[in-house]
Amino acid sequence: MHMADALLSPAVGATLWTGTLGAIAYCTRKLRNNIDEKIIPLMGILGAFIFAAQMINFTIPGTGSSGHIGGGMLLAILLGPYAGFITIASVLIIQSLFFADGGILALGCNIWNLGIYPCFIAYPLIFKLLVKEDLSKSRITLASVMSVVTALQLGAFSVVVETLLSGRSELPFGAFTAMMLPIHLAIGLVEGFITAGVVNYVRSARPEIIKSTFDSKPLAPAVSIRKVVLTLGIAALITGGSLSWFASTHPDGLEWSVEKVHGSPELSSSETGITAMFEKIQTMTALLPDYGFRQEEGAEGTAGAKSWPAVNSGTSISGVIGSLMVLGTVLLIGLFIRSGNRSRAKG
Amino acid sequence: MSAFNPEYFNIGHLDTLSYRHTFVHDLNPVIKLIVTLVFILLVVSFPKYEIQGIVPFFMFPLFMIIAGEIPAGVIFKKLLVVSPFVLFIGIFNPMLDKEIIYRVFGVPVSGGWISYGSLIIRFILTVSSALLLIATTSFPGICLALEKLRVPKIFIVQLLFLYRYTFVLAEEVMKIIKARNMRSFGKKGKDIKSFISITGVLLVRSIERSERIYQAICSRGFDGQIRLLKDFRLRGTDILFALVTISIFIIFRKYAIADMLGGLLI
Repeated sequence: MHMADALLSPAVGATLWTGTLGAIAYCTRKLRNNIDEKIIPLMGILGAFIFAAQMINFTIPGTGSSGHIGGGMLLAILLGPYAGFITIASVLIIQSLFFADGGILALGCNIWNLGIYPCFIAYPLIFKLLVKEDLSKSRITLASVMSVVTALQLGAFSVVVETLLSGRSELPFGAFTAMMLPIHLAIGLVEGFITAGVVNYVRSARPEIIKSTFDSKPLAPAVSIRKVVLTLGIAALITGGSLSWFASTHPDGLEWSVEKVHGSPELSSSETGITAMFEKIQTMTALLPDYGFRQEEGAEGTAGAKSWPAVNSGTSISGVIGSLMVLGTVLLIGLFIRSGNRSRAKG
Repeated sequence: MSAFNPEYFNIGHLDTLSYRHTFVHDLNPVIKLIVTLVFILLVVSFPKYEIQGIVPFFMFPLFMIIAGEIPAGVIFKKLLVVSPFVLFIGIFNPMLDKEIIYRVFGVPVSGGWISYGSLIIRFILTVSSALLLIATTSFPGICLALEKLRVPKIFIVQLLFLYRYTFVLAEEVMKIIKARNMRSFGKKGKDIKSFISITGVLLVRSIERSERIYQAICSRGFDGQIRLLKDFRLRGTDILFALVTISIFIIFRKYAIADMLGGLLI
């Protein structure tokens, strides 16, 4: 399910990178302030363990073909959300460099899709809530399956959204979603049962490992979540907005996906009309149509100068919307962490 | 979870390649990282239907392969292994976008095929440049670059641990797989149930190993930092390399140099 560089536009890639870097910074800070040094080698080893476990193939039930595990949720359960997220990010970095999975620009998306959802949505909201205080085998199984499935569905859906916003593929939203989600439901179920099996094995062999992560005290709020969310949001808006200027010579990404999603070009007909007109003006004034960056083309003539701010706002819309999405997600994560802190403080 | 392929896990080879000494290998890792990032950003910034403009960008991977003495076959094999996702997603372009936008010697070519071609070129360029970065830089080198770029220490130390232990655990796992294969016929022993118990044992063993490692490094004075003997200083060559490559990329992104050269010849 790795996102690939080739399917991305710079604006989408950079926006997701901003969100991911912010999350990494947040998690390392959390760890640094509360660290038990022992966790550093443990994180490293468990990351290496994921690779090792991926080398053991197994038969996928019903198909007869071989597969290997992803392991994101397993790391979140064994290490807790912060250390788990950092470890997942590291595994993905090595995968992108050595295994060519995705690519460097897409790494931001991949860490987001495969790290944020298991660690900050599935773990606190599903796994912890379902398991509660009761670390019984059946509870762990139920909670693991549910959380793996949820995390994978969210991740797969994000791949769809990121591809659509980048506008490099012609796949319509509906068909793409209908393709990705069922496949990842099946994958999620298999992976969920495997995760449950492994967690249960560790629970019977070394119960204190699972218990200590699970009971870990709420980390003291070393940094104010509101500040983090605000900074992240502004940074994402700026990168998304400015980078989308040279995202594409056609303001295609968003308009195109809006059209596909709603099935009605009327929705954005006025915009396309204006953009189309400006595009004509621009082609007339630009020396090398389609080759330059927009800003510079605009500086070439009065007509161009008039047109380029309008065009910019057109192309920047996708960047801004992407930023808003990241902002929204980060905001939700912040709220979840905060509510988690509170409920733990009560209990 | 995806299809299993042994070629995918062959990371030792790239690691060995990265410890050679060539012009490319000896460049400062920070510089190589930055140049590669700029390269990828510029490649993906081309509009959807662009092919002519992107093709000249093959110069960078080509340069790295040649100047870095990297066997092209290794890179090519890795590309093939990971290509299915992009090839699959992209194949819908020609199916859905049938508007004819070019005629090559009278043969109509639809926009979908053009954008599919562009997508494949992007895929080859971006993925090979990432592979070449690691094949010419070594993982500790990349970590050092990340540290210089202010990535938090904890993250880097744990990344280095992860990398080192990947090889240790991989060896252990190969023994386990061998043992399993010798005790089982065909599909037997490859079911999920035995997979879970094998993985469970491996996991508990790994955790115990990390505890031993922690005690060992503590008794040797570990203070949360890994120090590297190799010192990468920024030389004049590095700065020159960055300036030259990045300005070439930008010129090629901005102007249709290939077209102009072709026009001059004709």
